[in-house]
Amino acid sequence: MNFDDTPQEAAFRAEARAWISANAPKQYEEELRKSSLGRTVLKGANILEVAKAWQKKKAEAGWACLHWPKEYGGRGASPIERVIWQQEEGPFGKLSGMFIIGHGMCGPTMMAYAGEEQKRKYLPPLASGEKIWCQLFSEPAGGSDVAGLRTRAEKKGDDWIINGQKIWTSGAHYSDYGILLTRTDPNVPKHKGLTMFFLDMKSPGVEVRPIKQASGQSDFNEVYFTDVKIPDSQRLGAVNDGWNVSLTTLMNERMSIGAGVATGFPELFEFCNSLMLEDGPAIEDRSVRSRLANYAVKASGLRYTSMRAISALSKGERPGPENSIGKLVAGSMVQEVAMYALDLQGAAGVLSGLEDAEVAGKFQAMLLRAPGTRVEGGTDEIMRNIIAERVLGLPGDIRVDKDVPFNQIPTKGR
Amino acid sequence: MNFDFSDEQKQMRDAARKFLTEKCPPKAVREVLDGKVPYDTELWKGLAEMGFLGVAIPEQFGGAGAGHLELCVIAEEMGRANAPVPFSSTVYLAAEALLLAGSDAQKQKWLPKIASGEAIGTLALFEGKGNPSPKAIKLQASGGTLNGIKKPVPDGAIADFAVVAARTGSTGRDSDISLFLVDLKAGGVEAKPLTNVDPTRGQAELTFTKAKAEPLGAAGDGWSILTQVLDRAAVLLAFEQVGGSDRALEMGRDYALDRIAFGRPIGSFQAVKHMLADMYVSATLARSNCYYGAWALSTNAAELPEAAAASRISATQAFQHCSKNNIQVHGGMGFTWEFDCHMYYRRANASALTLGSLSYWEDQLIDRMRKKNPA
Repeated sequence: MNFDDTPQEAAFRAEARAWISANAPKQYEEELRKSSLGRTVLKGANILEVAKAWQKKKAEAGWACLHWPKEYGGRGASPIERVIWQQEEGPFGKLSGMFIIGHGMCGPTMMAYAGEEQKRKYLPPLASGEKIWCQLFSEPAGGSDVAGLRTRAEKKGDDWIINGQKIWTSGAHYSDYGILLTRTDPNVPKHKGLTMFFLDMKSPGVEVRPIKQASGQSDFNEVYFTDVKIPDSQRLGAVNDGWNVSLTTLMNERMSIGAGVATGFPELFEFCNSLMLEDGPAIEDRSVRSRLANYAVKASGLRYTSMRAISALSKGERPGPENSIGKLVAGSMVQEVAMYALDLQGAAGVLSGLEDAEVAGKFQAMLLRAPGTRVEGGTDEIMRNIIAERVLGLPGDIRVDKDVPFNQIPTKGR
Repeated sequence: MNFDFSDEQKQMRDAARKFLTEKCPPKAVREVLDGKVPYDTELWKGLAEMGFLGVAIPEQFGGAGAGHLELCVIAEEMGRANAPVPFSSTVYLAAEALLLAGSDAQKQKWLPKIASGEAIGTLALFEGKGNPSPKAIKLQASGGTLNGIKKPVPDGAIADFAVVAARTGSTGRDSDISLFLVDLKAGGVEAKPLTNVDPTRGQAELTFTKAKAEPLGAAGDGWSILTQVLDRAAVLLAFEQVGGSDRALEMGRDYALDRIAFGRPIGSFQAVKHMLADMYVSATLARSNCYYGAWALSTNAAELPEAAAASRISATQAFQHCSKNNIQVHGGMGFTWEFDCHMYYRRANASALTLGSLSYWEDQLIDRMRKKNPA
């Protein structure tokens, strides 16, 4: 049991560290370091532009999309090298947020299903951040039940005509391309009538409407499709095999471990360590210490669980569904931490303005963003199902729509 | 980085699990639980023969000299089997105190006997209610003898010797406390077994009346040695708690697969599935914290005090969580004497209170984190 790099890993780390030190946009380091869930702001700069510039620089020097093959704009690095990079990139890694879906899910799906010419055309600009991709899966009628989607694709000659609506699409408002899961046969059970495509988000008939979230920010969108034309050459996988294609996408989501999930604990500890209550420093209060200790062991438990997963990766083992733990635990924890930090401030805990708030609205922003974390990428309940079924081997949920043709599944509960 | 046990260590875990599955079935635990015997002497002998009692004791003192990572692996299996033997008091407390502070002669006298199973040891620290604290120690040492009462003392009624924390000064500082070694069979000590929540782990009251004692470590170093012993024992006991958590989770999972209600295995109901998923989550977080504790213990890292507290808290929570919900999954059957669920529930709650309670370790953790990150 040790925490040492192998000689090759140490060499890679040194090279990465030197390059980052010479090239990273250091003027934003402090702000990025201080940013927390729901609150990444760069004063006087457009974060999209800063992020794109950093990604481009990385791509030119061979540090973009480390896990991708070189011919598509990546580096062909090992999973452990990818983790080392993330450790070294530190706060600058927060600039990669808008690329995560493209790099982690859309790119690998294209690699698995697109033609060679298409891969060479679309993947390098995705790797370099020049083009941004989004993933058009969820719908008003199909969140956790992804296969329940209703957006139709109908074949007309060499094209497909798309009509319908997607929702919760992260980054659609600044995306150039998207991968799109559609229904192509409503007469068969729901998983058997889906087909995957990729499309240009600027295509006629695509309308993106940002959704204003509870936090006041707009990271997500509704996307409407009205007679949008997609050439058959942009189909990914066989007709009606879209469910299997989407599983490739979702499996890749799981590979993006090691980045570390936000728990809110470092922020809470720092806050309690400096906050003065009527009877003295908050951290000397017995009940505060108890709460802090509880959060501390959850945060460290997650950190070391992720290290165990990295160790397994470095031995060539694939990460399993065990990694669902991170999102499940961190999601609730960040919410509780934010509530507790506000509670400690008493009546003034409601204030979020820079001037009046104890920590400049940090915990208020966390509070309002946290509910999203518990829903996106699979709800807490879906995560628990995954753990129960795939790790513990318990029976799957009963699915009454399993063998029913999609167009005969009831659409209303009452 | 390799944040995992080695293949050899995992083989040792498999060997220990195989041995304990065979020699320590629930039936054997019940012999002790029902009060027929104070501990499983056959199992104790077997553990000595397997080399498990002396796994972290150097070869020169009769042990296997393997190390503390190996001891962590064995500890996990002891917890998984709910072994009714004085392993934790002898190996984690008495042996660790001797290893840390014993003279060569003291080590030579007791460690080989621990490794061979001839001697049971313990730590006599508490004097009634309360958590570890120099102020709480009233038992007096003077002229090479001890006078006072200790309780609860784990396995105190069956132990051959004890490491005893005693008061040797009155300055109000930690340096008022010194440690002593007492041969409990040599006279001057009366042991009274105490009924307690987990009869498979005995507790006793020890009354010292002019009991002969020899110093363990330098005079006035008692509290500092104790703190280190408690940290080391915290990691080791946490591995037992992780083993117990995993076993309780397995029992719940297996029952949920077998038991049919409303025409379905109860494990297909989300309420039950999600309860089991949460048990898995807490057991996994505890295991990961404990791996860090094991690393810190085996390398004697500066991080040990913080890692020990985190291991202890996380494992205590996980074992309580898993053992109580295991009963819940079992429904009414889980609450009966004949099912094994209550044995783990008892052990979880007894383990939570030995070495200082959860709130004590929470306090320790925050103190230690604060030292590292001053405001």
